Amino acid sequence: MSEKATLGRKSAEEILDLYFIENRARLLDIASFLDRIDRYGETQKAKGDFRYRAFMAAIKILTEAKGERTKKIQLLFSDQTTTPVDSARGLKTTGAWEGFYEGD
Amino acid sequence: MKVIDPHIHMISRTTDDYLKMAISGIPIVTEPAFWPGFDRASAASFRDYFYQLTKAEPLRAARFGIKHYCWIGLNAKEAEDLELATEVLSFIPEFLSSPTCLGLGEIGLNKNSRNEIKVLERQFALAAERNELILIHTPHLEDKLKGTRIIIDMLLSEPRIKPERVLIDHAEEHTIAEIKDRGFWYGLTLYPHSKGSPERAVDAIEIYGPERVVVNSSADWSVSDPLATLKTANEMRRRGHSEELIRRIFYENPLDFLSQCPKFSP
Repeated sequence: MSEKATLGRKSAEEILDLYFIENRARLLDIASFLDRIDRYGETQKAKGDFRYRAFMAAIKILTEAKGERTKKIQLLFSDQTTTPVDSARGLKTTGAWEGFYEGD
Repeated sequence: MKVIDPHIHMISRTTDDYLKMAISGIPIVTEPAFWPGFDRASAASFRDYFYQLTKAEPLRAARFGIKHYCWIGLNAKEAEDLELATEVLSFIPEFLSSPTCLGLGEIGLNKNSRNEIKVLERQFALAAERNELILIHTPHLEDKLKGTRIIIDMLLSEPRIKPERVLIDHAEEHTIAEIKDRGFWYGLTLYPHSKGSPERAVDAIEIYGPERVVVNSSADWSVSDPLATLKTANEMRRRGHSEELIRRIFYENPLDFLSQCPKFSP
């Protein structure tokens, strides 16, 4: 039988106190990253890149999803096919999957 | 507090790191064979590396009072060349017999290619024949989910391999349940940018429970932290988790998994 860990001895409000400032900073870093893309040249090309589109879809999950946001974003960035690739030569890891589902 | 780091690449770290780990409470490490940041040119280069892991590094660690164990295997990133892989696999058994080698590792997949799978099958067969423990590397980022599923299917199709003798490492939120539900151990890796953070690792422990999980730094030649396990233990403390649970996660769990190899002694 699987055990479940108990949570730490904190309330949700104390968790908010503990982590708010550092996550506020992370949020500003993301906003700043998106602004930077807007400021630099060839913005539309960058915005058409599958990584940018996956990133924006992930942000949507942050605001719309109820629970398991982390897992949902991990799945969004994942190759969900099952067939092995013919060769690994020349393939790079990008952090997002080109064939991701963008939703309706 | 004592911590075992079950996955760290000490040959890439300095003696300053050994000292910091020793005085901070990490008296035991296990080091899997891995990719050095470039592809090796010949099998002889692998032989030298395996010598370093089994002979040289335990002596360097011992100068700081740290016990050093290792895992030997051909990493997935250098498995695409089948001719080279065949040559390397031919001499892996002699290093597996070293007194500080705990089993096959880190072996697994990188880009989930057919040749990577062929080489992994051969290493699973070798582990099964010798009844070795196995430490699995799962792919990075977008390739992790697919690779983890392929690896699990391969392991489950080899009846001589017992899931409780396999640690599937670099697990994340989307792969933990599939690994754990099939009876394997899983590793949470604290590696900035491409893997997990202390906060997310503690979240996973809270969600999935304390059984069959270990936490490691995977510290190596890139941006990484050999004290990351201790920082994660402190993260648990910040949230009010008990010292008993913290000791279980960072010392007793790795002890339970690694002690399945009779060569391991805390």
